[in-house]
Order: sequence, then C-alpha cells, then structure tokens
Amino acid sequence: MKGYSYAFLDEYTKREIRRKILKAVAIPGYQVPFASREMPIAKGWGTGGLQVTLSLIGDSDVLKVIDQGSDDSVNAINIKRLVQRTTDVKLTKDTKEATIIQTRHRIPEEDLNEDQIIVFQVPFPEPLRTVEPSEQLTRRMHAEKDYSKIWLYLYENIVQYGDITFGARYPVMVNDRYLMDPSPIPRWDIPRLHNAAFLSLFCAGREKRVYAIPPYTKVEPLEFEDYKFEVENFDGKVCAMCGSDDTFLTKSVDERGNEIWLCSDTSFCEKRRREDGL
Amino acid sequence: MKLEIKGLSKEFFLHQWVRKIEGFRDVSFAVDKGECFGIFGQSGSGKSSLIRCIYRTYIPTKGEIWYESREGKVNLATLPEYDVLKLRKEEIGYVSQFLRVVPRVSAVDVVAEPLIKRGLPVEEARAAASSLLERFLIPENLFDSYPSTFSGGELQRVNLARALITKFNLLLLDEPTASLDEGMKQIVTEMLREEKDRGATIICISHDASFLNALADRVGVMKGGRMVEILEEVP
Amino acid sequence: MDCDCLLRVVDMAKIFGDGCPYCLELTDDEHNICPRCGSIVGCAEISFEIMPNEILGIVGESGSGKSTILKTLYFDLEPTKGAAYLNCYEGDIFKANSQDKRWLRNFKIGMVYQNPEPGLVMDITAGGNIAEKLLAAGWRDVGKIRERASGLLKRMEIPVVRMDEITRNFSGGMQQRVQIAKALANNPEILLLDELTTGLDVSVQARILDLIKEIQRELNIAILLVTHDLGVIRLMAERTIVMRNGRIVEYGLTDQILEDPQHEYTQLLVNSEV
Repeated sequence: MKGYSYAFLDEYTKREIRRKILKAVAIPGYQVPFASREMPIAKGWGTGGLQVTLSLIGDSDVLKVIDQGSDDSVNAINIKRLVQRTTDVKLTKDTKEATIIQTRHRIPEEDLNEDQIIVFQVPFPEPLRTVEPSEQLTRRMHAEKDYSKIWLYLYENIVQYGDITFGARYPVMVNDRYLMDPSPIPRWDIPRLHNAAFLSLFCAGREKRVYAIPPYTKVEPLEFEDYKFEVENFDGKVCAMCGSDDTFLTKSVDERGNEIWLCSDTSFCEKRRREDGL
Repeated sequence: MKLEIKGLSKEFFLHQWVRKIEGFRDVSFAVDKGECFGIFGQSGSGKSSLIRCIYRTYIPTKGEIWYESREGKVNLATLPEYDVLKLRKEEIGYVSQFLRVVPRVSAVDVVAEPLIKRGLPVEEARAAASSLLERFLIPENLFDSYPSTFSGGELQRVNLARALITKFNLLLLDEPTASLDEGMKQIVTEMLREEKDRGATIICISHDASFLNALADRVGVMKGGRMVEILEEVP
Repeated sequence: MDCDCLLRVVDMAKIFGDGCPYCLELTDDEHNICPRCGSIVGCAEISFEIMPNEILGIVGESGSGKSTILKTLYFDLEPTKGAAYLNCYEGDIFKANSQDKRWLRNFKIGMVYQNPEPGLVMDITAGGNIAEKLLAAGWRDVGKIRERASGLLKRMEIPVVRMDEITRNFSGGMQQRVQIAKALANNPEILLLDELTTGLDVSVQARILDLIKEIQRELNIAILLVTHDLGVIRLMAERTIVMRNGRIVEYGLTDQILEDPQHEYTQLLVNSEV
C-alpha cells in the first residue's frame, strides 16, 4: 500500500521489536519491556500481537489469525486485512498451512511443527498482579523467584472454594524459573505449551511487554501434590457439528434456542467435517 | 575446701540519693565439703546480702568467692554470666527468705521442673516431686494447686523441695524454717542432714539458734555488717 | 565464628537521618540526637551474644532503641554500622544478599511484631498466614500444610475450627497467637519477640507468656525478648540487657539486674515499678 512501510511498521520499530523478541526467547517466561507503538487498532484489541506479527512477517509467510478459535470473527478479519494490505502475504484458515498464527484466547487443536510460530495477544502480562498491585514489587518477586504470594493465593482458593479457581490465565512456571501468564487461553490449551515443537510469543501492546517460550521448554502449571492441575471437563458433551469429543467446546444456541456445544476451533471442525464427508 | 570466702565486701551505691549503703565488710570463712556452715545474726547485719553475693544475685564490691566446682576452682565473684547460670542449674541451689513463687505453675510442677530441665521424662519427674512433697507433709490434694494460694509455711516447703530435688552440691538457704512449726522443723533438719551425708555443702542463715545448733557444724555470727566470730555453737 | 553462641551482634548502630561522622561520638545514653546534623541515633555500640536455647531480655522505655535492634536483625532496617553472626550462616548476616536474607527469615529467624499488622496478612485466613511460611519453604501438599498449620494453631490454644476464618476478625490476643504460630512454622532457631504482650489484657498476657515458656522448652529455641515491662523480664529471661536512648547501660543476670542494679538508670527503672 502506498505511503506505508512494508508490514505497516517502520524498519526501526521492527528492529526494536525483533531485538526484544530475541531477548525474550533467550530468557523463557521473562517479561521484556519494549517500545510499543501506536497502532490503527485501539489498545486492548490485539496491538501487541499485531506488532509482533508485523515485525516477523515476510513474503514467504502464510498468516492465520483466530479469535476465540474462530477465523471469521470481526477482529480476526480486520487484523488479517491490515496485514495483507501492507504486505500482500498469503492468508489461510488451515492451521497446517500457516507459518505464523496470531491468536486471542486459543491454541489451534491440530499439532504444530518446528517451523510454526504462535503469537498470543495478551491483555495482562503480569501473573502476580492478582496478588500484588505494585509493579515494583512484582518485578522484585520475579527477580528473586519469590512466588510465595501466588501460592498463598492458590491455597486460599482451595480453602474457600474447594479448588483452584483459575479458569483462564492459569499461572505456569517456565523453565523452572519464571512464573508466566499464558494469556487467557483455557486450561485445555496449557499442556500444549509444554515441550512444544513450535515457538510461542506473547505480547501485550498496552502494557508494553513481550515474552516467549522457546521450543521444547518445560512449562508447568502451578499445582499442589494433592490438588493437581486439571483441564476442563465437558461431561461427555460433543460438538453439534462434527461430533468431536476431544476438542475444546464452547456453548451456543441453535435456531430453536436450545443449548448446543460447538468446537471452538472452527477451521479444525470444518476440516474434520470435510474429511468425514459430513 | 569446697567454698572459701576471702575478704568479701558489698556496698550498695544508690545513685538517686548519692548514698552508699554498706551491706557487709571483710567477711572471710571457709567451708568443707559435706559441712554445714550456719550464719547467725540480727536483721540488717548483712546475712542475706552475703548469701546473695555467693549466688551472684548481688555483685560483690570486693573480695573473692572460691568454689570447688566440678570443673575446677572458680571465683564466683568474677565468674562470667553463662558459667554462673550453668552452676545455678547444676551445682548451686538457693532458697530465698522471700517466699516468691513462679506464677501459674502447680506445686508438683514447680518441684519437678529442675528434673525435667535436666532431661528426665515428665512422668518420672512428677513422681519424684510428689514423693518429696509427701515427705514435706504437703497434702496430696494441693499437688496440682498453684502455690500462690498456699500459706507461708506450705510455700516455704515447696521452695525447699524444689531446691532439694536437684541434689545440689552447694545449698544456700536463707531462713529455711522461718514459717515452719516445730514438727516440720525437725523434718527439715533431718532432710538437710541427709543432704550433708550425701556430700552436699550447706550455708544456712537462721535467726533460730536451736535449729542452727542442731544442723550446723560451725556458725558465723554477723553483727553490723561484719562476721565477728565463728563458733561451734550459738549460745 | 569463634564462640559457640547462636547469635553474636558486634558494635551495631542504626542512625535515622542523614548522619555525619560525629553522630556516635557526640551522643550517649542521655542524648541521642546528634548536635551536628540532627540525626537520631536509634541505637549504637550494641554488642551482645545469645546462646542456643537461651532467653535474653532487652528492657527499656519507649525510644530506648530496643525494637530497632530487633527490626535490624530481621532485616526490616539496614544497620548503619556493625555486624551480626548466626552460627548457621557463614559471614555477617547484614551483608547477606537478598536471597540469603529471605532464607534466614524463612528458616532461621522468626519475628513477632508488637502490632499484628506487619506480621500477618490480615485479609486471608489464619491458616493461610501459617501456610505462607510453609509455602515459602517449599511445601506443596495442601493436606500436609493444613495439618501443620492446625497443629501450630492448636498449640497456641486457638480453636482449630477458626483456622479458615479471616485473620482480621480475630481479637488482638488471638492475632498475636497467630503471629507466634506463623513465626514458629519452619522451626526457626531464634525467635524475636517485640513487646509481645503490650496492649493485651492481663490474663491474655499471662497465658501467652506461659505458652512461650513452654514452647521454648519444647522446641529448644533461643528467644530475644524486647519489653518495657520488668515483670515480663523477671518471668521469662535469664539474662537481661538494659537500654536507654539507644545505648546499653547495663547487662547481666536478670535477678542481679532487678535486685542489685548497678547503673543509675537501671536503679531508677527498677524502683519505678508500680
């Protein structure tokens, strides 16, 4: 597009972000501050993820953008449009085909390989914010690996509610060193982060932080010996469209107003239906 | 000599009134192992101050207190605090004339405590304490009561029992029979004789001449802050 | 460490304010404000030792600097001068890095503050407060954590049914007991007690002190006890340090301090007992 740099960002910005990404990859789970730019999207709508995608993308890349698992949501489409208009890269809905996958709130169900990068949109990068409002103190806690406050929070959770109540943003320990917020992905997706073949990049544009999990890194959700981490249980429910019982489901209503459950990863659902001839 | 006092003096300096009060002056005597040395004199003659100096509740102003401890001869007047505390736990016992008591501890536990501190199991210690209290004719129903509710005589007996249960090498007694009736006095005299027989050295203050004559081998008489004479018997 | 004591403090001082090179020489136990720079000498020339298993009392009136000593030993304050040595740690604990200091605070030194606020997290459960210490020590089994916490609370005579109650709802005396239970959670070697019973009802005071005595014997723990109350010193401590305006004016066996005080100020203090 005329008047704009390739991929919207100027080269200096890209350099800054790439440098910070490298630093993040070198220190798994550590939040690296970076000079976040003004984007043509309002803050809180994926500016961080977008900046990372724009800094990494090149002509040979294939981009997939999903929002809550769907390629067709308004935000996903807008972001794809912006990227394409400034780069002309190929877009896809097929997880296997994409080289960069920008996502909000989900990891695609299909297996990913070493050539793929997932870029997570992160609203709140600090996993300790629930227990400590002061940025200065949370930074010190990370520096000293003093995570007793979050453990205490988990204990109080169990005492009060009988179990750990984190649904999304379940705190994980990366590489036995840093506590990390995996962004609001459901518990279902957390085990995918551990020892993954793909690179995970997390970016918060408003909070100006980027962090990463390099491939084949240890990622462990916080748990007690007698209160273990568990993924969501769908109680035998299946997807109303493809009949799957092994994907993450979301609740919806059909035309008649009855409650139904659908696969959150819409493109995977479609693929399966095509392959099974449904 | 188990205990040798040389030229011991105690002077109190009261800063607020810029006054010196003399406790006692130039006291010297020696006591053998297994001997009972009595101290006789009127109130104010310095007897309690003298015995308190030996126990190190008071710091002597001048002089030496040579004591034959298990680890050798030491000068109690200048002994470091930790060593004093050790001796107080293991070798030197003191019964004050003031009937002070540890609050909120039952009589049997007060007496058993020194044994428990030494590592004896609680049940055994309490059993030993109970039998000793029996000898002192303390009624059994008082064993689990707080001594703060006791009469003077009962309290004194509890304090004596506590001192005797430990089998100290040196016993410092300040008016041990002051609140006791005649019958009890005999019992206490008998028990102290038993202590002497097992080798304990006793320094005993009393204004009761007959008691001292029955128990003590020698008696030092104090008058006006000085030990004026040492006799075999108090007249 | 050349002595077999548990804790040895050497020439410690804490100056509040900018400080100047003359602060220490121009102040003493009667005047603790530096005439040159106006800084306050919180405490100075503090040297003492504590043996394992000993109860050492520090007595003095408000402003004597006794709490300052405890806070410095617990790393709440940085000393201006001096060193401290613990027998379980190599080197001056004041010079330890923050990780080691945390380790010392978690495992070796327990602190009970005069007010429960700094010592407890008010908005969590009583059990949670004790759990905080255990979690910091790496305990990861909720069942075992609760077992230990309820055991400690029981020992401090707090009904176990109140374990899951928010700490803020407890009475002052109960909060102090929770604090003590928390301080003991990881079996420290030394317990620092800052005016443990000030402000509590008399009967509550008595019970807490008796509890401390019992626990001290059971756990073989050393205690540094700060108070302005001579009665507490008489009951609890074998040795006592007397402080005035930041300096030690006298120290010795407790019964000697109380019955044959040598220093003018000690005599005044002892004679002022109501």
